[in-house]
Amino acid sequence: MAKFQISRRKFLTAASLGASGIMLSGCDAFDSQLSIGGGLRGFLENANGLTYHAQRLLAGRDALAPEFTEADIRQPQRPNGVTAPDDDVYKGLLANNFADWRLEVSGLVKKPLSLSREQLMNMPSRTQITRHDCVEGWSCIAKWTGTPLSLVLDQAVVKPQARYVMFHCLDTIDRSLSGDIKYYGTIDLIDARHPQTILAYGLNGKPLPVENGAPLRVRVERQLGYKMPKYLYKIELVDGFANIGGGRGGYWEDNGYDWYGGI
Amino acid sequence: MQSVARSQSTAGPGAPASSDKTLIYRQSRWTRLTHWLWAISLFFMLLSGLQIFNARPQLYIGKQSGFEYNNTVFAIGAENTDAGPRGYTEVFGKRFDTTGVLGWSGPAGNETARGFPSWATIPSYYDLGTARVVHFFFAWILTTTLLVWLVASLVNGHLRRDLAPRLDDLKRLPRDIVDHAKLRFHHTREYNTLQKMAYGGVLFVLLPLMIVTGLAMSPSMNSVLPFLNDLLGGRQTARTIHFTVMLLLVAFFVIHMLMILAAGPINELRSIITGWYRTDPPVHEDKTAQRSA
Repeated sequence: MAKFQISRRKFLTAASLGASGIMLSGCDAFDSQLSIGGGLRGFLENANGLTYHAQRLLAGRDALAPEFTEADIRQPQRPNGVTAPDDDVYKGLLANNFADWRLEVSGLVKKPLSLSREQLMNMPSRTQITRHDCVEGWSCIAKWTGTPLSLVLDQAVVKPQARYVMFHCLDTIDRSLSGDIKYYGTIDLIDARHPQTILAYGLNGKPLPVENGAPLRVRVERQLGYKMPKYLYKIELVDGFANIGGGRGGYWEDNGYDWYGGI
Repeated sequence: MQSVARSQSTAGPGAPASSDKTLIYRQSRWTRLTHWLWAISLFFMLLSGLQIFNARPQLYIGKQSGFEYNNTVFAIGAENTDAGPRGYTEVFGKRFDTTGVLGWSGPAGNETARGFPSWATIPSYYDLGTARVVHFFFAWILTTTLLVWLVASLVNGHLRRDLAPRLDDLKRLPRDIVDHAKLRFHHTREYNTLQKMAYGGVLFVLLPLMIVTGLAMSPSMNSVLPFLNDLLGGRQTARTIHFTVMLLLVAFFVIHMLMILAAGPINELRSIITGWYRTDPPVHEDKTAQRSA
C-alpha cells in the first residue's frame, strides 16, 4: 500500500511538473509541430474534412444562407484584402471603366466563353441582402446583385470530369521569389451551383466599387469571405488543384487556411 | 455505507487490496476518461480560441460588427501615448490600461500590438489559419466526449446517482456555502450541492452553450439552422456569448483547482485517475455521517 502511494505520488509530481513546464515555456511548445506539412498538423487537419462532410450532409445542395432586409444595411460594405490593385493591367482596365474587361470561362468546358460586363448584366440577375462573415470574426450586411454562376456554367457546358471552379483574379496579393502572386481560389461544384452563388457586379444598388472587387467578384454565401475572390477575370473548370500554387486550392489556403470555409 | 458495498462489487483489477473501508470506488472509467479528454481539449480550445480572437479583438452586440456605428462592448487594443505605446482593454466603453498583458505585450524591447499575449495563444506567433485547425479539431473531440459521457452516465447511473438535483440539495445549500467558505470539506461518495451546481452547470449549460454559439458563427450552419442566430440575437452576439462562456469556463477551472488543492490534491487526483477515493472515517453524531447516510 505504501509503495503504491509513493509511485502514485511520483507520477503525479512528474505529471504536474510536465504540465507546468508546458505552461512556463509558453505556448511555443507546439509551434514547430503546427507548420504546414508538419505531421501533427496534417493529423489535426483531418477534422476539416470531417467538418466539410458533416456540413454538406446537413446543408445539402440548396439550403439557403439567411437573407436580411434593407433596414439591416446600416453601413457601407467593409472592404478587406486588396482594396486598390496596383497592377498595370487592372489600372488600365479601370481607366477605361472596364469596357475592355472580359470574363473568360475556360478549362473543362465544352464551350469556352468570353463575356463582357454588359453581356453578364443582360443575363438574369439575382439580388440578395446577406451577411458577409470574415474569417477574422467580423460581419457586415450588404445587398449584392449579380449573375448566378450556375447560368454561366450552363452556358459554357461543364464537362463531367470537372470538380472545382477556380477563380483567377487581377490583384497581386503577395510577392515571392518566383514572382507576383495573384489572388486565386477554388470552390466545389455544389457551391458553384448554389442558388445564392452569384458573380456580383452591384453592391447596395450601385456598381461594385473598386475596394469591394470591381468589376466582378464572387459571392459564396455559405462560406467565409476569403472564399469570395474579387477582381475576377477568369473562371477555370478544373478536376483538381494539386499542381497550382501551393496545391491547397487558393491563396489563403496555401498560407494555412482551410480549403473549406463554411465554419 | 451503501457506496462501500457497491465499490467492492465493482472493484476493478486496479483496486487496492485492502480492507480499508474508507477507500471507495467513486469515479467510473467513463467519468475519468471523459474528464481528461475535456481537460486536454479545453486547454487547446482556450489557447487556440484566444489566437482566433486576436484576429479581431473586439466584441459586438447584434447581427453585424459596427464600423460606421458603435455596437462594440469589448475591445483590446494598443495606442501611442507620450509615454510610448500602451495596451488597453475597453469594457462597455470603460478603458483600462493593460500594457504588458492585453493589447501590448512581448519580451522587453520587443513588444508588439496583440490582443492576448503570446504565452496565452497557440501558436505563440500570430497565425489565425493554424489556430482554426487546432480549434476545430478539438471542437470535434470535446463534442464527441460530451455525447459519450452523456450516454455512459445515463447507462451507468452517474447522472441519476451523483448529479441529479434533489430536494435535499436545496436544504443543504446554506450549510454548503458556509462549509466551502471556511474551507471545511467533507469527503463523501456524494457530491455536495455546490459541486452538483458547478459540474451540472458546466456540463449542461456552459459546454452546450459553447457548442451552440460556435455553430451559430458558422455560415454554413446558418443555412441549416437559420433560427439559431435569431434566437441568440445575431451572429456577433453569438460570438460575444461564446467569449463570455469562455471566461466562465476559465473561472470554473480556477475554482476547481483551488478546491482540489484545499480538499486534498492527492486524494482528489487519485479518484479522477484511478477512481479510488478516500472518504472521511465515519464519526458518530457528525454531520458527515448524516450526509452519507
